[in-house]
Amino acid sequence: MTEVPEAAAVGPPPAAAAERPTVLAVDGLNTRFDTPEGEVCAVNDVSFRVREGETVGIVGESGSGKSQVFMSVMGLLAANGRATGSVKFRDQEILGMPPQKLNRIRGAHMSMIFQDPMTSLNPYLTVSRQMTEVLVQHKGMGESDAEKRSVEMLDLVRIPEAKRRIRMYPHEFSGGMRQRVMIAIALLCQPDMLIADEPTTALDVTVQAQILELMHDLKTELNTAIVLITHDLGVIAGLSDRVLVMYAGNIVERGAVREIFYGPQHPYTEGLLKSMPRLTGTEQTELPSIPGQPPNLQHLPSGCNFRPRCAYAFDRCRVEEPAQRDIGPGRAKACHLDAL
Amino acid sequence: MLTYAIRRLLGAIPTLLIIITVAFFMMRVAPGGPFSLERPLPEQIMRNLNAIYNLDKPLITQYLLYLQNLVQGQMGPSFFYPGRTVEEIILSGLPASIQNGAVAIILALVVGTSVGSIAALKQNSRTDYGIMAGAMVGITIPNFVVAPVLSLIFGVYLGWLPTGRWDDGALVNRILPVIALALPQIAIVARLTRGSMVEVLRSNHIRTARAKGLPERIVLVRHAMKAAALPVVSYLGPATAAVLTGSVVIETIFGIPGVGRYFVQGALNRDYTLVMGTVVLFATFIVIFNLLVDLIYGLLDPKVRYD
Repeated sequence: MTEVPEAAAVGPPPAAAAERPTVLAVDGLNTRFDTPEGEVCAVNDVSFRVREGETVGIVGESGSGKSQVFMSVMGLLAANGRATGSVKFRDQEILGMPPQKLNRIRGAHMSMIFQDPMTSLNPYLTVSRQMTEVLVQHKGMGESDAEKRSVEMLDLVRIPEAKRRIRMYPHEFSGGMRQRVMIAIALLCQPDMLIADEPTTALDVTVQAQILELMHDLKTELNTAIVLITHDLGVIAGLSDRVLVMYAGNIVERGAVREIFYGPQHPYTEGLLKSMPRLTGTEQTELPSIPGQPPNLQHLPSGCNFRPRCAYAFDRCRVEEPAQRDIGPGRAKACHLDAL
Repeated sequence: MLTYAIRRLLGAIPTLLIIITVAFFMMRVAPGGPFSLERPLPEQIMRNLNAIYNLDKPLITQYLLYLQNLVQGQMGPSFFYPGRTVEEIILSGLPASIQNGAVAIILALVVGTSVGSIAALKQNSRTDYGIMAGAMVGITIPNFVVAPVLSLIFGVYLGWLPTGRWDDGALVNRILPVIALALPQIAIVARLTRGSMVEVLRSNHIRTARAKGLPERIVLVRHAMKAAALPVVSYLGPATAAVLTGSVVIETIFGIPGVGRYFVQGALNRDYTLVMGTVVLFATFIVIFNLLVDLIYGLLDPKVRYD
């Protein structure tokens, strides 16, 4: 599949996105897991680019492989996982890099925050220790300089009384505060790219909004590229420039955020959008949903993976797996239908 | 933390009292006594003996007398070793047992946690299976087999080390008994460490540590060790109490004048005061080491606070 240059998006385009240098280039990424029941293919021939300063949303249901793409990128796959293909960070191949070399990149030039802030911080170490160690490791700072910088970073993510709180342990922080700490840790070395894997899923709604607002502000302040992995289209809409929709390990649709929201071209994307709760003007009481379950990755249906759940499915969908094809500038989909 | 420790020690007094009471009366429920031998003693001698040891008084009086003496630090005269008090007997054997036991426990801690961590890191590899198989052997083969086999190999066949000699605890004489004491503990600690380490290495905060680009050494030592140590610490509390108070099998086989053998000898000889002495000793050790476990937990886990 080919990478489509980004241009002429609807509305105010992300300024000349195509000209911006590429931070991350993923080409033909496959991620497989050996399980006692056989091999599971979690990511299937996925290719995309992340450019400087842009925000890319990755959306899909649980098990769509969206997290595993970035676990592969970060070298964090479980022991039974294997990633093949190519992942280039700043033109340097990092897939299959030995951990010692990869450690010079992750945490420093690209960093990641995770879904569950309650367990993602080490409960046995002070916040200070968990922050300063990053600066000591990557920047060779001394403890006191590192702590000063860490306090500044906590201020930046709006943790009140950062000087005092940095001495505390994670259990003395609320969930939202812990996610702020995670963000602060991830941004300590001013990375080129921040991967946020469901950063707000475990938080309650008001805190979600605060974290998203924070990420929005940081994005403009620090010009860090952000990859936002989520199943929540609302989160994507507020922050992303571009969206990749994933289903059963494949990218099924991609495009600028407005195009995806106002003119979805893949039945799955359309289903996702329809099943978002709306607050305005419908008499409907029941929330529409996509019928059925995401497929078992070991027993994928013939033809198109989405076919058993697709309202538009026709004969060709049963026999032929749809290839990704360009449907406009920066737009592509993997579906046999010409128009929705 | 000091007030907590003191409060815990004071709280241990009722526990000890209950243990002493139960032990005292249970021992007396069993028929027979220290002077019931195959050939009965003449009645007059029996009466005199009973009078000397207060055995002619009502049981409850004997119990209260025992408590009264115990509070003053006296455990009474031994029934079986004439002319020696129980505290003398225990204090003469305790140093050898504690010295050997302490070295064995330190070995268990160092070797057990290292080997266990290696197994966890190489989970499901040959190294892992090898270490765990070795540990399983160490746990299942009883010490009355391990100790003589060690003696046989290193003492008799190879002639490297003496067997069954003590000579006031010369270093060469201690090697085999300490190894025999330590082996099963190393095996148990290795298994515990592997189990908890595997668990911890799967946890989210270890993934975070890796995502931060920290070297594996720091991920392990700083981020995984503390959490993985908790189950080991809980096990080592009571285990240390047991190992420090000696092992009857190992002390008998290697001829160590320790305190362990008195646990069995006292019971076999119906040496009432000696049995009580060993009970008090072991219970005190258990109380102390459980307290230490709780204090170490407080140091390791910031969520545990004593105030």
